[in-house]
Formats: sequence, structure tokens, C-alpha cells
Amino acid sequence: MLKSKTFVKKTRSGGVMKVVREHYLRDDIWCGSEVCTECKQESTVLQKDACMESSLCSYPHYLVPDTNVVLHQIDILEDPVICNVIILQTVLQEVRHRSAPVYKRLKDIIHEKEKHFYTFTNEHHRDTFIEREPGESANDRNDRAIRVAVKWYTQHLKTFESDTDGLKVVLLTNDQGNKQKAQDNGLLVYKCEEYVKSLIANPELVDRLALSSDDKNEITSSKVLFPEHLPLSRIQTGIKSGSFLQGTFRASRDNYLEATVFVQGEGEDSTEVLIQGLQNLNRAVHQDVVAVQLLPRSEWVAPSSVVLQDEGTGKDDEDAEEEEGNLRTAAAEAARKPTGKVVGVIKRNWRPFCGMLNVSQIKESTRHLFTPADRRIPRIRIETRQASTLAGQRIMVAIDGWPKDSRYPNGHFVRSLGGAGEKDTEEEVLLLEHDVPHQAFSQAVLSFLPKVPWAITPEDMMKREDLRPLTVCSVDPPGCTDIDDALHCRELENGNLEVGVHIADVSHFIRPGNALDKEAASRGTTVYLCGKRIDMVPELLSSNLCSLRSNVDRLAFSCIWEINHKAEILKTRFTKSVINSKASLTYAEAQMRIDDTNKNDDITKSLRGLNKLAKILKRQRIEKGALTLSSLEVRFHMDSETHDPIDLQTKELMETNSMVEEFMLLANISVAQKIYDEFPECALLRKHPAPPPSNYDILIKAAKSKEVEVHTDSAKALADSLDAAKVDGFPYFNTLLRILATRCMMQAVYFCSGMDSDFHHYGLASPIYTHFTSPIRRYADIIVHRLLAVAIGADTTYPDLMDKHKQSALCNNLNYRHKMSQYAQRASVAFHTQLFFKSRGILNEEGFILFVRKNAIIVLIPKFGLEGTVFFDSKDKVSPNIVFEEEGPTLSVEQHKFHIFDKVKVTISLDDSNIQHQKIRMALIEPVIPGVSVPAPDTETPAKKQKLDR
Amino acid sequence: MAGLELLSDQGYRLDGRKATELRKLQARMGVFTQADGSAYLEQGNTKALAVVYGPHEMRGSRSRTLHDRAVINCQYSMATFSTAERKRRPHGDRKSTEMSLHLKQTFEAAVMTQLYPRSQIDIYVKILQSDGGNYSVCVNAATLAVIDAGIPMRDYVCACTVGFVDETPLADLCYAEENGGVSSLALALLPRGGQIALLQMDARLHQDHLETLIEAAMTACKGVSKVLDEVVRQHLQEASVLTGE
Repeated sequence: MLKSKTFVKKTRSGGVMKVVREHYLRDDIWCGSEVCTECKQESTVLQKDACMESSLCSYPHYLVPDTNVVLHQIDILEDPVICNVIILQTVLQEVRHRSAPVYKRLKDIIHEKEKHFYTFTNEHHRDTFIEREPGESANDRNDRAIRVAVKWYTQHLKTFESDTDGLKVVLLTNDQGNKQKAQDNGLLVYKCEEYVKSLIANPELVDRLALSSDDKNEITSSKVLFPEHLPLSRIQTGIKSGSFLQGTFRASRDNYLEATVFVQGEGEDSTEVLIQGLQNLNRAVHQDVVAVQLLPRSEWVAPSSVVLQDEGTGKDDEDAEEEEGNLRTAAAEAARKPTGKVVGVIKRNWRPFCGMLNVSQIKESTRHLFTPADRRIPRIRIETRQASTLAGQRIMVAIDGWPKDSRYPNGHFVRSLGGAGEKDTEEEVLLLEHDVPHQAFSQAVLSFLPKVPWAITPEDMMKREDLRPLTVCSVDPPGCTDIDDALHCRELENGNLEVGVHIADVSHFIRPGNALDKEAASRGTTVYLCGKRIDMVPELLSSNLCSLRSNVDRLAFSCIWEINHKAEILKTRFTKSVINSKASLTYAEAQMRIDDTNKNDDITKSLRGLNKLAKILKRQRIEKGALTLSSLEVRFHMDSETHDPIDLQTKELMETNSMVEEFMLLANISVAQKIYDEFPECALLRKHPAPPPSNYDILIKAAKSKEVEVHTDSAKALADSLDAAKVDGFPYFNTLLRILATRCMMQAVYFCSGMDSDFHHYGLASPIYTHFTSPIRRYADIIVHRLLAVAIGADTTYPDLMDKHKQSALCNNLNYRHKMSQYAQRASVAFHTQLFFKSRGILNEEGFILFVRKNAIIVLIPKFGLEGTVFFDSKDKVSPNIVFEEEGPTLSVEQHKFHIFDKVKVTISLDDSNIQHQKIRMALIEPVIPGVSVPAPDTETPAKKQKLDR
Repeated sequence: MAGLELLSDQGYRLDGRKATELRKLQARMGVFTQADGSAYLEQGNTKALAVVYGPHEMRGSRSRTLHDRAVINCQYSMATFSTAERKRRPHGDRKSTEMSLHLKQTFEAAVMTQLYPRSQIDIYVKILQSDGGNYSVCVNAATLAVIDAGIPMRDYVCACTVGFVDETPLADLCYAEENGGVSSLALALLPRGGQIALLQMDARLHQDHLETLIEAAMTACKGVSKVLDEVVRQHLQEASVLTGE
């Protein structure tokens, strides 16, 4: 093994320093090609007959992309068509420094076996290493290094020409200079674009090409529309001196010419700067980090209440100016807000956007505008030849850049999601828009799964308690395949009861730090959509090895209490165990067993014992001030074949639901206490802060209108007054009040005990709480499992587990994922509701007023758990006489006065005039207000149909 | 900027070595004639000079005299030009004092001090250029110097640092790796008997990994000992050729 030495010198900023590093060159780095007989490699990556049919290169060939091609055309490289690619170490390192997301994607591709991507460590190869020459820039050196490596490959492969049909290496670069030099060296070189266009079998790949800078000129007119962005150095000095402010750009949903920049101040001291007009917005896109300059006070404006949607087709700059003029209508002095203009973009936060294509009027045109689903994102100009096929589909588009002479940003087509309005497509859209990671698990992740057939080994048994003889059973909603908890209860000899909660031992399978663990940590939670589940861990674990199914041996983490008949806990212990569940029941089945007095088997007895204790536990909890809140959850009955919703019903709660819940709460609290005692600095806990008193205003006012008093001084007072709140002849009032109370609450969050001092869980009235019971679907539980395992000496720690800052960062991600998954879930319910009403036509339903707004009432329809808004002013009609009163609050429309909780009758229909944003529309039927309410439409037919369905 | 990637997916380290490979080790013995023994040793870019005086009578405070064996006196220093930024204080700071102490302990374990009661052996080591693994390079250089001085030792003392990255032990860390947040461990070994003369680690490492890490360090030390042995034999050959004439 030859080791030779050269020196690489580096200077670092902040006092120039000479860094000398060794650089060994080796002769044992192999080429990775199947044809090679010279290299002593163990396994080869690159195939012998590398077939990508291209009209430019009719021979088999390997591709070598340069750094910029990888950075900008990663979408192309990800395409399954492109395979047999050599990624040079030079390129990999440059990509790593320039873009972390692209680097990750590239690494994922390299890991995929079918793609045949080979990493060639050219920087350490004896023949391909080059030193930087005097006067040569770092980039030029890297380009040269790439060329040298390509040359080496070309010559290396030539030696085996006899047994290959002229296998060659093709360099892909977009740099004109580099291309020229490569040609002079006699290398095969193409521009990425040329090459992709030459691919015979896949013409649609062309659309995924990102526009490179020299293409932009032809697209745009010569007219400069926007002021130049300042260079970063000037922005930084400006921010330091205070003349510019740095903040996150938030585009307005309703008005494309308006945005705010949220400037994070110190502590609570944050300000918002208003930005109005295309010129001032200066090509910033929603979520970018921008630098803004405040305008002089005389030019400050008030936010306009006008709804403006960009209808332009690219030629209407004059119209835009006119619209801008309209914005600056008379604004009261007081309403004016700090106004500024964007002078530069510090960090772009572009991601691929979902949306639809507006096909250009000109038939042959290949340039089209793309309208994103998110209204805050501007339209994007893309180039595609398949406009006719893409019209009516949901597609994804990535932005490549926004030159100053272009009205819209330029982008490229990434992929099609499917036809708009179709269920799968819309689901995909809502997952993407809520940033829910849902792609299939990568090979790297799957490689950490246990081998099937899997069995419990004797070593596992050694460390675990054998609880298989116990009568354990699980109770879950129907159709549940990821069963993460099971219970048992038995009488002990001393007359006390032993209750055990057994949780799937996911942390046994997911070891800290590996790819599987990292993926799960990044996903954070399993997302449940209507009829679909996006798993946090691969299915083998979630539905099989970890799922505590009946009559199979499973690994579990058990929490076992000794409890007396007054439900007082005498002893608590935790242990890793092996269990064998005797039955997987649904809530309804379990309920039936408990109620059926003829049944007296072990499972039923165990259930009865649990149920009895749960009732006492619940009473105790409520006495302590735990809240029982209400929110309407709906369940769709799906058609088993089409997966369309047939019927919709609000979820029913049974005793067994609360039985399981009670023991889960108990386990969570016990575990929280244990891990906090053991690790006061780094326990992962969950808290629910008490809401500020002002949150309750709406609840108190609403209750007052029905002459009910609600006390909100403490959780206990609130719980008591909610229990007492009843109005004669209005049985639904209590539920409504609880729904309102739910809306007043704060979000519960995960946090690291070392970083916070307030641990209280308001809703559960518990001083400490965590999540332990669902490790299959929540990552927080996995961490808690690991902590607990260390605490009882069943497992070992690792550095990240004990680092409170890392834990805190993890908590932030988990909280974010949790929130997004809830939004996604709600969006999914909303979408299915729309599908449901689409098939139902128009319906008349009774509902209650939940909120009263300035120009509308929000109506809740208990039957569907559906909320909708009834507007009293519309654009095309003369608006009726509306008076809004803050006290109350009430809204008078003509003669009628609306209060909260009033019963109304509305028609429900689906408004699909805008295919990207379908929504449920409600209109008032009763009370009848002339000119406002609509006559009850004939709903005879759909009603009949509904009956037939049942 | 993303931190350095200490071990690439292809298994190469920053400088192109594989995980278990040592840096290039070169050494010369008998570089000075004034001293009783001396050696110059390069391990990659770390370069050290070791000089040995003695065994001789106790100098300075006689109270430290031991009646059954020799006292070993070590002094470690770094040249002012040994680091990227000029070093103000070449010796006497806390780090150097600690290092001196470690060297002393190492050689007390290896040198057969009981042969020289009431005497003193001085070992001076200077780092001329520092690029990681200073302790191990000093030990290796000092071993050669002690051998050059003709002082009997139980065995060569060979030292090596190892770090732990991505569940893989890396042998013979360079400066960039030492500073890249690696838990590193320094180990001095008497290779023939496999006895550990000194083991030092001040980073956090999980107990489970300690064994693999020590294992890797011992393998690396044995690698070092092979090279040192060659150097000694080469030196002897040259010396005998010269005297044989």
C-alpha cells in the first residue's frame, strides 16, 4: 500500500491562519465498474451494459455530473431513468458545503442499489489528485479535478475495450468554459440539457430540468421590473447599523400585493413591517428571510382589506400598477402601520410547491404559468411540452430563480401528483402542503429492520420477565393494526389487584443513532388520515413485530401496579417483558363482554376488574380538577372498494374507551415521575400550560347570554361550572359549551425537563406528565422508553439522550410535526366531508351558532360535526343592514338578531367553482330574513338515496 | 458550514487514510552527540525531538533521591513555532506540566529503574510541529532516545491515540480529527506483554465502546512498535558497520 504525501494549505477567516494537513494518495481505490478486471474490488456498482438510450450517445456510457449539475438538477438525477452515474468525491464534498438538503438527497440516491451510483474517491487516488496551481481559483481547480478524473476513467475503461462495446464516460456540465476545456482534452462532454433532451425513451424528463442562468434571458423581456437585491455584505452592515431589519417574509393570503415581515425582537418585543406593492415586495417569496428598509413615516400605509388575486397572464404590468394605485386609498392616520420595502433576500426558503397549471392561450407555447395551491406563493413560470396532459392535474413545481426583469419566478416541473379532485392526488397534496414526510422508507432505513422470520432469542428472554402466562388483552378501535398497548388485571393472594399496562417495546428494535432512528425522529409521529395511515416506522415494525397482536409472543415494556380495591396504588414497577396477548378486542367487543353477565372467562373478568378500577380512577381525577372537554370527531364509513365516504357519523364514546384511557394516563404519569426522578435534567415530558384568562372571554360571554355563569379561575372551577351548566329544553347546550371551552385551551407541548420549570398539565390536572404508551406512532414515546430503560438498568444511555439542548431541539421538531399532523388530519376530514357532500347534493340541516363575527355567523352542525360560515355580505348583492355588537356578542341582520347558540337551519352544498379550493358553502334557511335567507331547496331525492344506502 | 466529515461512506478519512491506518512514521536515532541518547520522530505532520541524559547522579534537590531505583525526570515542551498560531509560552503551562507528568509515569513503568539506585534519568521532549497525537509521538520519540542512551527497558513503549466516530474506531488521529468532536483515547503499551503503561481519556464515551476502542488502540500500538523496531535495527546496523571498519 503506497502512501505518499502532499500538503494542502487552507486559510480560515478570522485572522488568517495557515492550516497544514496531510493528504495521502492511494493506489487501492477501485473504479467500481463491472467490466474492469484490473481493479481488485470486491463488489461492483456500475453495470457492464449501462443502457440509457440517448441519441447523442448511442454507446453504453457512465455519466459524471459536475457540482452545479448535481445542485440544480437533482430532480433529474433522482429519476429512475438515470442510472450508472459516477459521483466524484470532489463533487460530493462541494455539494455538502453548498446545500445540505441536496446532499441528503444525493446520498439517498447513492444508497439505492437500483440506481447504480458510484462514489469515486478521486481526491485520494494517486492518478487523479491534482494540486491547485498558482493563480487558479478553488472552483477552477475543482473543475480541473473533475476533468482529470473523467480522463482517467476514459483511459482506464479503454483497456478493456475488447470485451465491452465501447463503454465510455460522459461528463455533464453546464459551464461553457469547463465544457470547452474538456473538449480540448478530448473528453466526451455535454450540457445537462442537451443530454436530457437526447434521451429517447423519456421526453418528459426535459420538463424536470431546472432553468439554468443563461436560459433566462430568452424568457423575459428586457424591461427591468424590480430593483436589484443588495449584496449580502451590504445587508449585513445595514442590519448591524440598524438601517435594515431582518425578518421572515409572510405573504398575505388574500392580497398578492401585500405582505408582512415578522421581525423577531428580543424577548417578546417583535414587530411587523407591512410591505405593499410589487416593487417593494421585490421578488420575496413566502417564508424567505429578508432584509427590509423602513419607508419614511409619511409613506406609511394601512393594510388594505381588499381581496386581490393575481389574475395576470404576464402582460398586464399596467393593470398591476393600477391595482396598486387602488390599494392606497384613504387610510386613517391611526390605522397606518410601519411600512417598508424589501432590499435583499438573506435566505430563500423555497420548496417544491403543489398546484395546477394554467395552460397558455397560445397553443404551441411551451411556457405556462403555474398557480400554487397555497395562495401566498406567487405564480411560477415553467416550461413544459406536456401542458395538455398536465392541465387538470395537480403538479409539483420548484422555483429556480427570479430575475429582476421577470414578473414571475422561473421554475421547472418536478412531478405530477395525479388528476385534481381525485382522492389520492388530494391526499398527496395535503401531505406535501403540511410538510408531512410520506415517501417510502429508503433502503438505508430498511436495512436496520430485523430479519424475518423474526423470533425471540434466548438472550432476549434472559433479560426479560416472562409474562406470557398472564391473561393480557388489547382494546382498540376497529381496524387498528398498530396495537401498542395491552392490559391485564388479576387478583393477588393478598386480596389486592395487580394491573399491568404492556406497551410495545419499540426501542428494542430502533437503536439510537441509526438511519431508522433518525428517520423516525424526523417524522416524529404517525399521521392518520381518513382511511390512510402514514407510518412513522416501517410497516414490518408498526403492524407486525411491534404490534401486540393476539396469540403471538411479543416484546413489551410493562408497567405493573399493585392496587387495592379503592384504586390506591401500593406499588409500581417497570420491567421489560415478553407477553402473549390472549385477545385483540375492539371497544365495542370489550364493552359487550363486560355487559354480558353470562360470560365469566379470564379475559372478561380481567376487563371487569379494569373497568371497575378505571371508574374510580376517573372520579378521582375529575375531583382533582381534570377537564372533560368535547370536540366533535367524525368517522367516515368508507366504501370498501372505491374508498369513498358513504356515511358519516360522530364518534361514539363507550365506557371501555375511557377504561383504556384511564390506565394509559396512569402509566404515563407513573413513568413521567420515574424518569424525572432519575434524570431531572433531561427527562422528556409533556406539559399543558394554563391558558391566559383573556382566552376565556368568549366562553364567559357566550354562557352569560344563556344566563349561565362559568368560573375560570382554576381548572377545577371550570370543570365544576361546566358540569353545572344546563339549560332546560336545550340538551345540546352543555356539549356546545364544552366545544367552546376546548377552543380556549393552549396547545400541549413536549419539552425537556432541564430547560423549563413549569411542568403542570392543565387539562389532566397532573403535576407531571409524559407520553409513554404509543411508541409505534409517536417518537417522544421512544425517547421516554429509552430513558425508562436506563432508569431500570435494562439498557444503556447514549450521549444525545443526556444532552438537554439536543433533547430540546428534538422536542421542537416533535411539536412541529405533531401540529402539522393535526392540521393534515383536519384537512383530510374536510376533504372527505366535501367528497361526501358532493355525492349528496344539497342538504338542509339544523345547526347552532358557535361564533358571531362582524359579517357572518359560524354554524356548527352536530350531525356531521361540520362547521361552516354563513356570510351576510357578498360581492354581487347589495348587503343587508348589519349591526355588530361587541357585548353579547350579537349580530343584527335587518330585523333579526343572532346570538351565540341560536338554533338555525341552513342548506349545505359544495362550491366547486374553484377547483383548487373547493369548499362547503352554507346558506341560511331559517330564521327567514327577506333578502338574506334562501328558500329551502327540495332535498327529497338525496334523502331517499341516503336511506337506500343504508 | 457543515462540520467536517471525519469518515466518508466509502471509509476514507479526511486525509485519505482508512480507519485503522496509521500516519507515515519516520524516525532517526542518535541525532545529537552531546546528549547520552536522542531521537527525532515524525508521525505525519507531528514532529518531535527527544533527548535523554543519564543515568547520572542526582542533581538539584538531593532529597528526591530514591534508594532503590532511579528517578525519572521528564520535561515536555512545544516549540513556539509548532502550531498554526505562534505559541507564547513554550513550556510550564498547565497542559505541558500534565503532559510531563504523563510521560514520567509512562517511562517509570517501562524503564528498569531498579538497576540504577540513587540516580536520575532526564528525558526532554520537544514538539517541533504539532498536528495531533502529541502525547503518543512524544512517547514514541522518547522510547527511541532511551534505547539510544542504552538504558535497559522492559520493552518498547509505543503509544497511539484512537478516536471513535460513527461506531468505528479511528487510529492515530490528526489535529483536525482531534478537534472535530471525537472522543479520543491515548494509550501507551508495552507490546510484547500487552501491558498498558498509561491510558488516558478525558472525553465522554459510552462504556460499551471502551473495549473496542482499547482493542483498536492496542493494535495500532503494535503497528507502531513494528516500525520502531525496524528503526532501531537499521540504526544498529549502521552503527555496527561504522564501528566495524
